[in-house]
Amino acid sequence: MSDSLSKLEKRTAYTLVLPAVLLVFAIVLFPIFANVWISFKDIELKDIRIPEPRAKKIVKSISENQSELKIIYKLRNSSLIQEIRNVQFQDKFPTNVSPINLDPRCNFQSKKVVCNFGNWQAKFRENFEITIQNNNGEIIDKKIIKSQKPILSGKADNPLLTTNFTLENFKKVFYENNFVELLLTTFYFTFFGTVGAIIFGILAAQLVNQNMQGRTYMRGILLFPYVGPVVALAYTWTLLLDPNSGTLNALLVNFNIIEQPINLLGQKYITMSILGFEFKLRLALTTVIFFEIWRYFPLVFLFVLARLQAIPQSLYEAAEVDGASPIQKFIHITLPQITAIISILFMIRFIWNFNKFEDIFLLTGGASGTRTLPINVYQQGFAVSDIGMGSAVSIVIVMLLLSFMVIYFRLIGKRANEV
Amino acid sequence: MKFKSLAIFLIISSFFLTCILSIWKIMATLQGLSFNNLNITTIFLIGILLSLAFVLIGNKINHLIKIFLLSFIFSILYFYSNEASPYWYIFGVFLISLFFTNKLKKYSMQSLKEDFISEKVIFDFITFFGIVFFAFVILFPFYIMLVTSFKTQIALLVNPLDFSLDITKSLTELFKSYFVIFETYNFGRYILISSAVSIGTVIVTLLFAIPAAYAVARLNFFGKNFLSTSILIIYMFPAIVLVIPLYTVFSQLGLRNSIFGLLIVYTATTLPVAIYMLQGYFKSIPKEIEDAGIMDGQNWFGIILKIIIPLSLPAIASVALYVFMIAWNEFLFSLMFLDSPKSFTLSRAIQYLSGDAETPRQYLMAGSVIVTLPVLFIFIYFEKYLVSGLTAGSVKE
Repeated sequence: MSDSLSKLEKRTAYTLVLPAVLLVFAIVLFPIFANVWISFKDIELKDIRIPEPRAKKIVKSISENQSELKIIYKLRNSSLIQEIRNVQFQDKFPTNVSPINLDPRCNFQSKKVVCNFGNWQAKFRENFEITIQNNNGEIIDKKIIKSQKPILSGKADNPLLTTNFTLENFKKVFYENNFVELLLTTFYFTFFGTVGAIIFGILAAQLVNQNMQGRTYMRGILLFPYVGPVVALAYTWTLLLDPNSGTLNALLVNFNIIEQPINLLGQKYITMSILGFEFKLRLALTTVIFFEIWRYFPLVFLFVLARLQAIPQSLYEAAEVDGASPIQKFIHITLPQITAIISILFMIRFIWNFNKFEDIFLLTGGASGTRTLPINVYQQGFAVSDIGMGSAVSIVIVMLLLSFMVIYFRLIGKRANEV
Repeated sequence: MKFKSLAIFLIISSFFLTCILSIWKIMATLQGLSFNNLNITTIFLIGILLSLAFVLIGNKINHLIKIFLLSFIFSILYFYSNEASPYWYIFGVFLISLFFTNKLKKYSMQSLKEDFISEKVIFDFITFFGIVFFAFVILFPFYIMLVTSFKTQIALLVNPLDFSLDITKSLTELFKSYFVIFETYNFGRYILISSAVSIGTVIVTLLFAIPAAYAVARLNFFGKNFLSTSILIIYMFPAIVLVIPLYTVFSQLGLRNSIFGLLIVYTATTLPVAIYMLQGYFKSIPKEIEDAGIMDGQNWFGIILKIIIPLSLPAIASVALYVFMIAWNEFLFSLMFLDSPKSFTLSRAIQYLSGDAETPRQYLMAGSVIVTLPVLFIFIYFEKYLVSGLTAGSVKE
């Protein structure tokens, strides 16, 4: 009895879970595997259409006598690289009309011309002609002939499904793509974006936690950048930072803080001198990192605040009695309580920053030294139209991500054992 | 020792006052006042005098009289040391110094002798300054977005710092950018498409997620643990690596430029979060209630429909709002899949607008306001639900 019940339970569980699992599999997991496949193929954006035979029909009169017409079919293979096999052609004609001197590849049966054109190579083109005449010598209406569209069919390989593979894409990714700089930029962006968001998040949480009144309002306001749409926020920042008439530059120039407007998003390097040491700062990248911090510190803030509120007040009171200073309280009470959540947030933010596309794309489009791996996927796949190469970069991203996860779980696992 | 803490107190408090007054000055400059100097040193010095006077006077006169008197003197000093400024600006300075001196209330020559007083002073002022600073940094771009949408291109080019609103203008004049983007750029249509996609995503996601979450929370089946861990791992995976395969497949299936295609992708990407949030809540519902349902001869479908859903309406609402916000804000897939203006979502439409360098910025900002407002309203109104849903462990962007 209970056995059949558990069987029923299992069956119900699978029916309930299956739709969601299938959908996620088709849209999320399948593409990850498909990337592996595509990354080994030499394929461009224009090739992803399945090749098809096409025909353009032109009707011409050949003599004064309107009972004869010449029809030219401009035949072609839509693909520049794939052949089409076994092309079949078919066109219908009105009653009493029949072709003369029909091409040997074709035959005429019950008002239809049916042709077998065999295989068409890539880029194949041919002007195929049929002359028709009315059996009774009457005028043939051109419009009727024109309005009838020929039907073509043929077998072609889906260029995505062919089995010719190449390592060319990966070679290009590693050797012709400034790979080291790409990787470094990605890591700068990811690392400083993450660390900045965490520092500002802790700071904000600490501040809001101290202030009892207005805590919920502040919490709401601080989350605005996180919940707002990227597009709106990124364009607002672009406008603020614009060198020609942006508010920030105008303010700085107005108050004589700088002499010339600075193109914060369009300049790759800026030379700074601090204490006599001159060094070059990646300006556009730094600006983008600041946007990133601005947009995502609220998340850290929210989680840390939730954790801070859960710390028992008695701990602080005891420290007060022991004569601890505010800094000592922070280091010895607050910090140990939030390390766990910080390490999780670090991991989450690190991975998401590593994958960040929209923010950089909208602010700089990947120009002036802000090209990261995700931006490169887009540039290769859609700007250069090299789908295979874009997929290869995606694979690099997935591999790096997996290794982060492994390293992270190793570290966390070790620490869990120590505790 | 006493001198050191007094000095620290004076410097920190005056620094705080200077920062707030600078923010006030910047805001006033953006109203079209022509200030060319932040006057930081002067304000800092008068600020030190103000704080010093405050602690020296101590309790000799009533606090209220004291702060009014000091703020009044401070405002007069400020007025003479600053560039020509209108009275409303000086009144603002007066209010700020009133607020500031009130903040100083707990400090006196006596209290400056306490242990760790310099650390406490620093912490106290940094806390307050930090909040003002964060609020300013967060809200400033939103403020610029809103006011730019009410200006005209020419006015902004003539003086990029003048964001003052001319209230004498008629409403149609003021909201001109909004009329233009609705009439010439078809924003009404984009709002409809964005709403349809977002609401559709919410409905489909809930239809798929509620049964799945119930199964994960309550039923025993092979692969359950695997499923619940893979849910978490899947939503760590980036959208950018899905883009190329989905693009090629959608092109071949003719799903690009279709709202349906977008809906499928949004649903699939929000499903893991939705399932994760819902199963957490379902687990908290006492099992006895369901047992009662089973006794009544309900099947699983009936239990979900008649017991689980009514009991977890708050959680479902928060998941729904959350999914709505994700779908509404989504940009990457709409950029990839939509290239005909007929099927643009709001985000994609704004990006398309900005691609034309000729587009006046106030139109861009009016569009940005339109796409931002609904999300902010939802967020402010339902903040409690959303925040508790977020901190429950689901942090999808």
